[in-house]
Amino acid sequence: MKRSLVFLSLVVILTLGLVGCSSEKKDEAPAKQDSAETTAPAADAGKVLKLAMDADPVSLDPQVQLSGGMMQYAHMVFDPLVRWAKDGSFEPRLAESWEQINDTTMRFHLRKGVTFHSGNPFTAEDVVWSINRLKVSPDFKGLFEPFTEAKVVDANTVDVITKEPYGLLLNMATYIFPMDSKFYTGKDESGKDKAAIVKTGPSFANTNESGTGKYLVAEREQGVRTVFKAYPKYWDKAGNVETIILTPIKNDATRVAALLSGDVDFIMPVPPQDLKRIESTEGLELVTMSGSRIITFQLNSERFEPFKNLKVRQAIIYATDNSGIVEKVMKGFATVAAQQGPKEFASYNPALTPRYDLAKAQQLMKEAGYADGFACTMIAPNNRYVNDEKIAEAFVSMLGKIGIKVSLKTMPKAQYWDQFDARVADIQMIGWHPDTEDSANYTEFLLMCPNSETGYGQYNSGQYCNPEVDAMTIQTQTETDTAKRSALLQKIEKTLYDDAAFVPLHWQNLSWASKNNMNTGEIVNVQNFPYFGNLVIK
Amino acid sequence: MIVIGFIGFAIKQSFGDPIREITGVSVSVEERNKLREELGLNDPFLVQFSRFIKGAMHGDIGRSFFYKKSALKVILSKAPATLELVFCSALIIVLFSIPLGIYSAINPRSIFSRIIMGGSTLGVSIPVFLTAILMIYIFSVELHWLPSYGRGETINLGGWRTGLLTLDGLKHLIMPSIALSSIMLPLFIRLIRSEMMEVLQNDYIKYAWAKGLAPRRVFIVHAFKNTLLPVITVGGVQLGTMIAFTILTETVFQWQGMGFMFIEAVERGDAPLMVAYLVVVGLIFVIVNTLVDVIYGLVNPQVRITGRK
Repeated sequence: MKRSLVFLSLVVILTLGLVGCSSEKKDEAPAKQDSAETTAPAADAGKVLKLAMDADPVSLDPQVQLSGGMMQYAHMVFDPLVRWAKDGSFEPRLAESWEQINDTTMRFHLRKGVTFHSGNPFTAEDVVWSINRLKVSPDFKGLFEPFTEAKVVDANTVDVITKEPYGLLLNMATYIFPMDSKFYTGKDESGKDKAAIVKTGPSFANTNESGTGKYLVAEREQGVRTVFKAYPKYWDKAGNVETIILTPIKNDATRVAALLSGDVDFIMPVPPQDLKRIESTEGLELVTMSGSRIITFQLNSERFEPFKNLKVRQAIIYATDNSGIVEKVMKGFATVAAQQGPKEFASYNPALTPRYDLAKAQQLMKEAGYADGFACTMIAPNNRYVNDEKIAEAFVSMLGKIGIKVSLKTMPKAQYWDQFDARVADIQMIGWHPDTEDSANYTEFLLMCPNSETGYGQYNSGQYCNPEVDAMTIQTQTETDTAKRSALLQKIEKTLYDDAAFVPLHWQNLSWASKNNMNTGEIVNVQNFPYFGNLVIK
Repeated sequence: MIVIGFIGFAIKQSFGDPIREITGVSVSVEERNKLREELGLNDPFLVQFSRFIKGAMHGDIGRSFFYKKSALKVILSKAPATLELVFCSALIIVLFSIPLGIYSAINPRSIFSRIIMGGSTLGVSIPVFLTAILMIYIFSVELHWLPSYGRGETINLGGWRTGLLTLDGLKHLIMPSIALSSIMLPLFIRLIRSEMMEVLQNDYIKYAWAKGLAPRRVFIVHAFKNTLLPVITVGGVQLGTMIAFTILTETVFQWQGMGFMFIEAVERGDAPLMVAYLVVVGLIFVIVNTLVDVIYGLVNPQVRITGRK
């Protein structure tokens, strides 16, 4: 009896499962109709863009973190004083015009009639408030160090004052996204200051926004999806996308598949292995551009005696076939580099060309007295830069040809940077993109003599130190004559090149892919802050 | 649970530095150190651990750096997605492995059983993520039948966001649950088959045949029920494997569940969330294995009887 009871209960469970399944399926039909009815009018109201990126904004507070993702978000929901145009000039946004009043003061004339998403009018007060907040934000205070203060002249005019003449003031103004000072002032429900910048906990600014940008955040489930809706009172009428649904899709293959299957309309970034496939798919458009993130290896001469020898450093550069790496490892999706700043930058020195020459490398090793080579150590991340691990492996085998035996260790980025800072290996990999969009920034962080007080050379794990380069770099900071400044920057690049201060590999390319019924090529830029507000879907 | 918490806490040190993930690259060392101090990351291991235990006593197992809220809340909000996925794959496994397993045990030589066995070998040997990516390419990219990622439309049932009640949600469920079951299903077919074949050799089955019982009764009541015992035990243990595989499946399908959240937490160095995940998964393990023991007792009278003595 008991046996049959147990059996009976099993059968019951199974049939319940079956019935459950089939009844679920019956429920589907009405549910579908409902959703079709609700989505149909929405589609008529305006164009919808389904956007997939590799990550979504970590916060709604544009000043909490300085990262590509946060800047992309800020360009959608807030609007800067000025922004980068494609040709490297500045496009007026919330500042309609600007003039230099004296060596250290820039006057911005603000756009009139602009309102925040909360309805508050946008005034000079908000600009001053936002700059003051940037000056206390851990991520931005470094960039805004040269700024003394901002002063209200009248409701639509503001003066920005720097400590010394500063040639990059407008570059920095692209980071000034005015925030609604009235909205962010006061106490929230838990009694905390609404303006607080909190990186790891809850705060008002992390979950509420009031910017002047084209889109307001209508719905947000962090890591799952964010819905942006066009702000009806936005001043700029370019672009016709009413709703943007942003879904983060981390896995490269899935992101590409989502575009190919039509589940999303726009993806960024595109993994190199799928470029061809997207290019050859009808109905899709691929846009690529040479970027400004340089990938390099640093040779630590403090740690490892042979790297003190200029000839050894040169031999390593001559042995590095960086165009081979670009072609084979990066599948052509990168631009071969011989210096830090790419062509668009003021520092670009056309005389500096890639130096791969194996015979010369062997010759140099012999001259340096290391004909038999030597052994050294190296570390590289394996999930930070595009194909970072493979690049490092290719480099190791190239050095093998001049007798240098490298023991390579790769690790995830979460562990890499501690090891990098501790300078645990003789050769370390680093990529750099200047936040200032200016070439002096590369040298300041990567190659000036490391100095914990000034913060220069923070990522100089090669411990390269040349007082001449330091002096020139500091000089560029206050030089406002563009021609003189450019000559100085080019001289720096030349010195670093001759000194074999680092091993240059390539600049990573940028990529976006979308359906071909929109003006994708026009809204993307080398900073990788697509201006979705200007997107037009046909 | 304390042991799991301790282990989780011990390994989190080697997962790397969360500060890197939450600050920009050009932030100065001082700023970073200040932040680290604020978060109490500089305190010695035991101080951090006792703080964790103290919090855990009050139901607080840390706060995620990335989500900026309680780690437990984050996990609970992600749990429905994973549970629905596991439930649907379990359903697929039960619905298919039992009939197929019984069939191939009864007719070991038929062509159909050979196909089942061949297919199951293939299923076991193809890694889950490959199955998943292949399915995405065939069914979403080429045929445009099924959506390629995510959970689709969900309905909020008192805090439990379910995808089971909408067509869109169900469509999104199909591929991930098949992918997830692709490892376990063949395993169970083979297990049921071999156990059943062994049982069929037993004397009492021969006796049942001799008694002239209907084949259906012999196979289902006498043979199959005794086959179930090892299957249940293995099933309980395999649930752990299933959770491990949700990490892979969820990553490929951008399924917003706990597994995906865990992988992201590891990449971001979001230590409190990792530890919390380990503790919660440990808890699930304990509960499931207790349940298995109880069910085992129900199915197998021997366990109950020996227990009584």
